[in-house]
Amino acid sequence: MADVVALSGTATDYAVKKDTWGNVRRYLRRNPSLLVGMFLLFCLLAFWLVGSAVYDTSRAAALSVPDTVHPPSAEYPLGTDRIGRDIMAVMIQGTMLTLRIGLIAGILGVSVGTIVAFLGGYYRGWFDTLLKGIVDVGLTIPGMLILIIIAVNIKDQGLTVDQMGLVVAIYSWLWPARTIRSQVLTMRERTWVEVARLSGVSGPEIIFKEILPNLMPYMLASLVGSVSSAILASIGLETLGLGPMAAPTLGMTIYWVIFYSAMLRGYYWWWMPPIAIIVVLFVGLFMVSMGLDELANPRLRRGV
Amino acid sequence: MTALLEARHVTKIFGGGFFTKSYTTALENFSMTIENDPPSVTAVVGESGSGKTTLARLLLGLVEPTRGQVLYKGEDLRKIGGRERRVFRRDVQVIFQDPFEVYNPFYKVDHVLTTPIEKFGLAKSRQERDSLVVQVLEAVGLRPEETLGRHPHQLSGGQRQRIMVARALLLRPRVILADEPVSMIDASLRATILGSLLKLNQEFGISILYITHDLTTAYQVSENIVVLYRGNVCETGDVELVVKKPLHPYTRLLVGSVPLPDVNRRWAAEAPASSIGQKADPNKGCRFANRCPNAMEKCIRETPPLYRVDEKRAASCYLYDDKPQLRSEDMMEVFIKGTPRLKTVVGVQ
Amino acid sequence: MKPDVLDVKDLKVYYHTPRGAVKAVDGVSFQLFAEERLGLVGESGSGKTTSAMALLRMIKAPGKIEGGEIWLEGADQVLARHGGKNGNGQYAKGGKVNLQTLTDEQMVSLRLSAIALIAQGSMNSLNPVMRIRDQIADGYQDHGYKLTKQELKERTADLLNRVGLRPSVADMYPHELSGGMKLRVCIAIAISLSPKVILADEPTSALDVVVQRQVMETLRRVQEELGASVLLVGHDMGLMAQAVDRLGVMYAGKMAEVSPVHDIFTKPLHPYAQLLIASLPSLDVKGEFKGIPGLPPSLLEDIPGCPFAPRCPYKMERCEVEKPILKEVAPNRHVACFLVEGAK
Repeated sequence: MADVVALSGTATDYAVKKDTWGNVRRYLRRNPSLLVGMFLLFCLLAFWLVGSAVYDTSRAAALSVPDTVHPPSAEYPLGTDRIGRDIMAVMIQGTMLTLRIGLIAGILGVSVGTIVAFLGGYYRGWFDTLLKGIVDVGLTIPGMLILIIIAVNIKDQGLTVDQMGLVVAIYSWLWPARTIRSQVLTMRERTWVEVARLSGVSGPEIIFKEILPNLMPYMLASLVGSVSSAILASIGLETLGLGPMAAPTLGMTIYWVIFYSAMLRGYYWWWMPPIAIIVVLFVGLFMVSMGLDELANPRLRRGV
Repeated sequence: MTALLEARHVTKIFGGGFFTKSYTTALENFSMTIENDPPSVTAVVGESGSGKTTLARLLLGLVEPTRGQVLYKGEDLRKIGGRERRVFRRDVQVIFQDPFEVYNPFYKVDHVLTTPIEKFGLAKSRQERDSLVVQVLEAVGLRPEETLGRHPHQLSGGQRQRIMVARALLLRPRVILADEPVSMIDASLRATILGSLLKLNQEFGISILYITHDLTTAYQVSENIVVLYRGNVCETGDVELVVKKPLHPYTRLLVGSVPLPDVNRRWAAEAPASSIGQKADPNKGCRFANRCPNAMEKCIRETPPLYRVDEKRAASCYLYDDKPQLRSEDMMEVFIKGTPRLKTVVGVQ
Repeated sequence: MKPDVLDVKDLKVYYHTPRGAVKAVDGVSFQLFAEERLGLVGESGSGKTTSAMALLRMIKAPGKIEGGEIWLEGADQVLARHGGKNGNGQYAKGGKVNLQTLTDEQMVSLRLSAIALIAQGSMNSLNPVMRIRDQIADGYQDHGYKLTKQELKERTADLLNRVGLRPSVADMYPHELSGGMKLRVCIAIAISLSPKVILADEPTSALDVVVQRQVMETLRRVQEELGASVLLVGHDMGLMAQAVDRLGVMYAGKMAEVSPVHDIFTKPLHPYAQLLIASLPSLDVKGEFKGIPGLPPSLLEDIPGCPFAPRCPYKMERCEVEKPILKEVAPNRHVACFLVEGAK
């Protein structure tokens, strides 16, 4: 209500306390999704950090353990798998690797997406038309299809984890490009952009100094979305056997689980951990994304 | 002497492309000059659809005329580029209607003042910049300690708008186009903003083009007035004449409809309807014909020219066709120049 | 002296924000008499719109009606007609009903039939994909009126005629109508069930003065024919001078003065009303620009004393510590001010 906006910050409200932490804490209390999501992701991060510090992760490499398919025991808390890997070590390493692929692809995707979104959305013209065409068509083609085709062709050259990230990035820039472009289109029509122009501010400066700061929440939400879909895509590809074969990532673990029919043979210690971690990862990412959605779109913010 | 800012036979038409037959004439054959010597205050009054906002955008170079030219120091705006355009941007400033939308929500209000200082090189050091900011804020009656360092939502509409006036002052423009500067401000705060605007005119010699739908504030602030209706000038000249003794049927209707805070002067009886009715073509003839109680056949065929009804007033209505005609470009002849103004008292904080 | 149809006693509406409770309406009382036009005027943050919305119980979270009574005449008849669950006058007092005691369901049945609203931005309160006749029919349907197609057609034509529109408007869509015509449609909908109270919340804010005058005159005519009362909420003092019989001036969530419009414009009693009227520009004489220095207080904090005190030129010591109460200081003139009280 316009009334409330005018009322909550009037002349007598001068003492602007720099209570940023208080504001953050208060906001988190009102935004449980964000809080829970961040907590879950933090747990995973802690799992990796603490795990790599106290546990011997070298045993995540294949054939590093003599006892294959050993159920959980004192020496191997999560047991071992058929290829001679300590599953606990695999999980610790895998969490990090999977996250890394997601981050590479996600960050790359959002960066590229943002750059083209700004160039097209602000300057319009032929570049924007071209961009719109590519993005609209690209988004309708099933991403997995493209990625599978690319992965199949590259796989023989020995895919590394980082290269995996790059492959997934090919698709992950499309969605951020579209959403950020629409935001830029709206923002450039705002009166304060016109005021900036009339104050002598140049195009690139308007983009970086006027519009970009206001789009941070959107870009952050976009990043989380990008990372989530990148992780999903990479796990998907790996499960099909199209990833870095030697790497102990979560997706590859599932590939081996299928390859060796671990479920049918009741090797529960082998297939449960990766699935559990993936579930925690996704629930965490999803909740953060929902929470950020609310932050980026004030209209969704719930009242007290 | 070449005029500072001039609209010469400007017509702006929207629509009417290859596929659409209907078009709107936002402004038709409009000519006007804005001088700076002596500094003037002119009001452009009209309802929505009158063309007043289009006029502002044309004069700012934000849209191009369909016919005619907009000239800055004698040169067509479309041809001015680079350095000269920067000078234009300094000389002609604007104050927008919405005191909230003009602020980038990410920054504190200081941003809107420091940006032009930086871009136009108005200060050589940080201190100089800060003192300039303080100077202009005080000139519009704001206390820097109460306004700087705050975000837009922490200030009232009146304060925000006054900061915009301060910003306009920063650049020492020659002309300020004020587009409905107080329509979104509370009544009790309007006086201070209008007072600041007038101060810019009287103390700093800046000409003001006050664009509004509010006849009352237009009367209070300006010397000359242009009444627009659907893209045409109805009546123009000395504001005392036009407002106190309106001649054009539309001006009469407008003046009669203004809700005056005077219980002894209640609205007059409902105005009689037009005899011509809906037959009129929206793009031909007198635009007011279909609502005019005095409409004649002639009115829907041809747009009436401006007739110089008084020394300092003209109306475009066939009711006065016995008076000498005035060409569009000579409209400025009925404007009064340089009247001594009443001293204004602005509410001090 | 006509009886009152609406009696608001000590209304309080607070908005609960993370920073505390904003007292948007803090103990406001007024009466709306039969067949009269009462204006509620104030600047932004005065609480006028919140007060009007509270009458209809249309306050959304985080806002909440914290206290007060709203007595509406004739509501029990409407409730009985619609078979309200407690429709046997337990909450009534001499024909009047305290709206605060009703259930949400009962409030729904009262809206439009006992109190109608012409909202701000009426242009946008019409459903863009429904024809006008269907939108008018909606009102009848929702209140349980079973009308035949023919009856509906006749009633619609009659309503449109009363607000000065041609019957053909019934078949049109909102986008085919001008701003003034859309407002007239909203008025037609508001009077369709013959309510005794019509709330108009800044109905003409988006219209030009010429159309504004015409529509306000239509509203007056319609109101007189119906024998209803109108509560006009707005910020345009000029419009109030022309369009109402009595005027209530609100400031910072409180009622400063309620007087007949003639009295308040010729001799305003409350200092805020005086300064406000003095700041209005005239069309007669070019004069000085007199604003009211200072700003309204923040409604987050508890204001000791009179909310206008910091800006009042006649402030006394008492004003800063004691809260003035609305009192009748002269026949039909109510003011909340110690200065005025003392002078009587």
